[in-house]
Amino acid sequence: MTDKTTPVLDIRKLRVEYPLANGDTLVAVKDIDLLIRPGEIHALVGESGAGKTTVGNALMGLLQAPGKIVAGSIEIAGKPIDLRTGRTEGIVPGRDVGAIFQDPMTSLNPLFTVESQLCEGMLTHLKLSQKQAKARALELMKAVGIPEPERRLGSYPHQLSGGQRQRVVIATALACGPQLIVADEPTTALDVSVQAQILKLIRDLADERGVGVLLVTHNMGVVAEIADRVTIMQNGAVVESGSAREVLTAPKAAYARTLIAAVPPIETRLERLPVPSEETQVTLDARASVRAKSTKSEVGGKDDMVLSVRDLAVEYGARSLIPGRKSSVFRAVKGVSFDVRRGEIFGLVGESGCGKTTVANTIAGLVTQSSGTIDFQGTALGAKREKSVRKSLQMVFQDPYSALNPRLRINAAIAEPILFYKLASNAEEARQDAKTLLEAVGLPADAGSRFSHAFSGGQRQRIAIARALGPRPSLLICDEPTSALDVSVQAQLLNLLKDLRDLAGLSMLFISHDLAVIRQMCDRIAVMKSGEIVELAETETLFTAPKHDYTRELLRLAPSLDRILSRQTAAE
Amino acid sequence: MLRLLSVRLLQAALVMLAVTAIAFVMFRFVGDPVASMVREGATQAEKDALRLALGLDKPILTQFFDFVGQVLTGNLGTSFRYQQPVVNLLLSRLPATLELVIVATFLALAIGIPLGVLCALKPNSFLSRLTQATTLVGISMPTFVTGLLLILVFAVNLRWLPSSGRGDLVDLGLWKTGFLTLSGLKSLILPSITLALFQLTLIMRLVRSEMIDVLSSDYIRFAFARGLPRAYIYGRLALRNALMPVVTVTGLQIGQLVAFAIVTETVFQWPGMGLLFTNAVGYPDVPVLAAYLLFVGFLFVMINMVVDILYTFIDPRLRTR
Repeated sequence: MTDKTTPVLDIRKLRVEYPLANGDTLVAVKDIDLLIRPGEIHALVGESGAGKTTVGNALMGLLQAPGKIVAGSIEIAGKPIDLRTGRTEGIVPGRDVGAIFQDPMTSLNPLFTVESQLCEGMLTHLKLSQKQAKARALELMKAVGIPEPERRLGSYPHQLSGGQRQRVVIATALACGPQLIVADEPTTALDVSVQAQILKLIRDLADERGVGVLLVTHNMGVVAEIADRVTIMQNGAVVESGSAREVLTAPKAAYARTLIAAVPPIETRLERLPVPSEETQVTLDARASVRAKSTKSEVGGKDDMVLSVRDLAVEYGARSLIPGRKSSVFRAVKGVSFDVRRGEIFGLVGESGCGKTTVANTIAGLVTQSSGTIDFQGTALGAKREKSVRKSLQMVFQDPYSALNPRLRINAAIAEPILFYKLASNAEEARQDAKTLLEAVGLPADAGSRFSHAFSGGQRQRIAIARALGPRPSLLICDEPTSALDVSVQAQLLNLLKDLRDLAGLSMLFISHDLAVIRQMCDRIAVMKSGEIVELAETETLFTAPKHDYTRELLRLAPSLDRILSRQTAAE
Repeated sequence: MLRLLSVRLLQAALVMLAVTAIAFVMFRFVGDPVASMVREGATQAEKDALRLALGLDKPILTQFFDFVGQVLTGNLGTSFRYQQPVVNLLLSRLPATLELVIVATFLALAIGIPLGVLCALKPNSFLSRLTQATTLVGISMPTFVTGLLLILVFAVNLRWLPSSGRGDLVDLGLWKTGFLTLSGLKSLILPSITLALFQLTLIMRLVRSEMIDVLSSDYIRFAFARGLPRAYIYGRLALRNALMPVVTVTGLQIGQLVAFAIVTETVFQWPGMGLLFTNAVGYPDVPVLAAYLLFVGFLFVMINMVVDILYTFIDPRLRTR
C-alpha cells in the first residue's frame, strides 16, 4: 500500500494524437495535467469531442488504434508508466486501474454468470484459486450492496436490474484492489433514483477504501453531487481546474461560465436559457412565416383543447390461447387521462419504463391502444387515421443520429412530408419552404444540399425539428428531444422549441426524464409511474408544492447544481 | 422448458400435416397411379379391381386420412420402379447420405470457425486475405465443377483417391458404414470436401462478421479494460457470443445438405438418397418422390426443433421465458 500523500494518479503534459488519413494529426488531448489523491473524486467535464473520454482510455490502454500518446508522463500510485511506444506499457488494466462504463446493460457479457465475470480478473491478475476468488467475489457483492449476494453470483446479467448490474460492474472494477478507478459516465444510462444510489456508492468507496476516482461526465449535477475537484476540458485542452465548489460557483474561464450557465436549473424557471449566440432577425422572421403558413392550413375547431386523452391503456404481448393460463400481457399504460391546450407545452415526466414513450407513440399512431380514447381536435384517433390528422401530428425523436435517412439530402428529407401532404404545388415550392424551415431552426440555408452525416448531433436534431414542422402540425410530440445532446446544444434547442411555440403557435407534448428540462419548458406537467399518472399540475405548483410522494422523491433525488452548493455552504 | 417443448412439438406436427397433404396430392394426382401400376395391356376389369384395392374410389378426405394413417405406421407405399417398399429403399440409402453430410458438416465447422475468427482478428494479414479470396472462388463455383476438378486432380491425375462409390463397407445390421475401412474413408474425402465447400464459406463469413460485431461491443471493451488475457477474451468471451447464429445456420445447412446433396452424389456416383431421388424423377417413381418429400420435411422440422432447444442451453436469456 502506498501512503496517503502519494497521488494515485499524476498526469503531466499528456498529449494524445490521432494521425489522420490526409497526413494531418488530430490532437485529441493537448498537454493536460491531472492530479488525483487517494480518496479523491476528480471530475473531468466537457462536451462531446472535448477529449475527456480519451484521457480515460489512454489510462486504461484502450486508445483506439491510430491514436497514441506522443508526450507527457503518467504516474499511477507513484509508479511511472512507460509511454515510449505510445501505449501505456506497464499499466495492467483491471489490476492497477479499475473501469466503470456508461451502460450497465451492455457492459456485462450476456452469456456468462456474474460470478464468472467477477472472478476472471482475480484469477488472472491475483492468481487466486477458484475458491478464494469466489469468497472474495461474495465480499465484493456485499460491499456494493447487492441483495442476496450468494444467489446473485449465479445469476446472469439479464436477471438483474440496471442498478444491480452497475453495482456488479463496480464490484468487478474493485475486484483486484486498484488504486484508481476510471468511471466514464457511470450514471448517464440510469434513472435518477438509481443514479443517486450509485453515486453514493462511489463516494463511499472513495472515502472508505481511499480509491481515487477519475469521473468522466457531462452532467454538472453529478459533479456537484460527489466530486471533490473538477477539470473542465474543451477541444482537448484544460480550460479550468480547481475544487468543485470554486469552479461551479465562480468559474473564471469564459467557456466554463457558458457551460455552467447552460445547465437548466431545476429551482427556477428562466425565460430563455443563456446561450452564446442568439438568433438573428432572419431566423425570427422565418419562425413567424412558419406560423403564417400553418394558420392558413389549420384544421379543427376553435375549442381550447388540441388533444384530450381519456383512460388510455396500452398492453403489449399476447393473451394465452388456453383459457385460465396466465397471459403474458404487459400493461405499459394503465388508464391515463390528460388534455393538451392549444399553444401549451405539456410535459410527461417519469423514469424509464413508466410508459411515457408508449403514450407518445400511441398518440402518434405508432402503437394502437387497447382501450381508452384519444380526441385530437374533435377527431377520435384509432389505428386508422385520416391523412389530415396525421399531417397535424408530428414527432421529434430522441436520437437525431438514427432519425434521419443517411441517403437523403436535407432538402429532400424536409420537402418529402411537404410534398406528401400536398402543401406545395411543385417541387420548387417545397424546396423554398424547406429553406424557410431550415432558417427557422437556425441552420444556414445552404445546409439543405448536404447529407445528414455532415452535421453534429444538435444540428441534426434541428433538421429533425424542421422536418416535423414541414406539414405544419398543430401538435408536436417531442420524445426526449435533447437527452442525446450536450448541455449548451440542449439550451439552444430548448430555446428554439420555446420560440416555435411563441412564434409559430405550436402545441407540444414534451417528454423527458430530466426534471430541470421539464421545468424550463412546460406549462403543465404529468408525472408518470408504472403506467399511471400520479400527479398532474401546473409547473410551478408541481415544483414548489408537490403533492404525491413519488414526485417529492423524484425532486429530492434529481442532482442539481444550486441546491447542492447551497447545502454545502449552509453546512460550513 | 416443458412448455416450450410442447408448443414446439405441436407446431412441428402441424407443419408435418401440411407436408403430408402435399405429398398426398402428389401421390394421388400426379399421373394416374393405376395407369402406372398395372402391366401393359391390362383390361378395364383389372384396372377397376386395382382401383378398388387401392381405395381410390373412396371420398378424397377419407383417402387422405387413410394416407396419413399409412404414413404414421411407416408405410410409404411401394416403389413403381423397384417394386419394393419405399421405406426399405430410403433406409438402405440413408447411411450413405448421412455419413457424407456428417463429414462435410464437421469439415465446414472445424475449418470455417477458426478461419472466420482469424479473418475477424487480423483482417489485413496475408492468410485472411488468402482465405477470403479462396472461399470467394469456392462459393462462386458450381458444386459439380468443384467435384469434377477434384476428381480430375486427385483421382485421374494423381490417382490418390477413388473417384466414385463408397468403397468397402462394414455391415452393422441396419447400417452399412464406410467409416471402418480404409477404402471407405478414402472414398469419403473428395465428395465431402465438395459438399463442405459452400457451407464452409458460409460459416467462415458468418463467424467473421459476427465476431467483428461482438468485438466492438461494450462487454468486450470492458473485458479489455479489466486486463484479461487476449486469448481468453477472443476464444471464450467473444467467440461464444459470435457462435449463436452459427448454430441456426449449421442446423439449417445440415437439412439443406441432406436434402440437396443430389449434385454431389450424382458427380461421385454416391449411392445415397439424392441419387435415389434423381432416378425417381426420371422414371417417374411417384411413391419415392412423395416419400422423399415427407422425409425432407420431417428432417427440417426436427432440426429446427433441435436448434431451438439448443439455443435455450446456450443463451441463458431464453431459459427464463
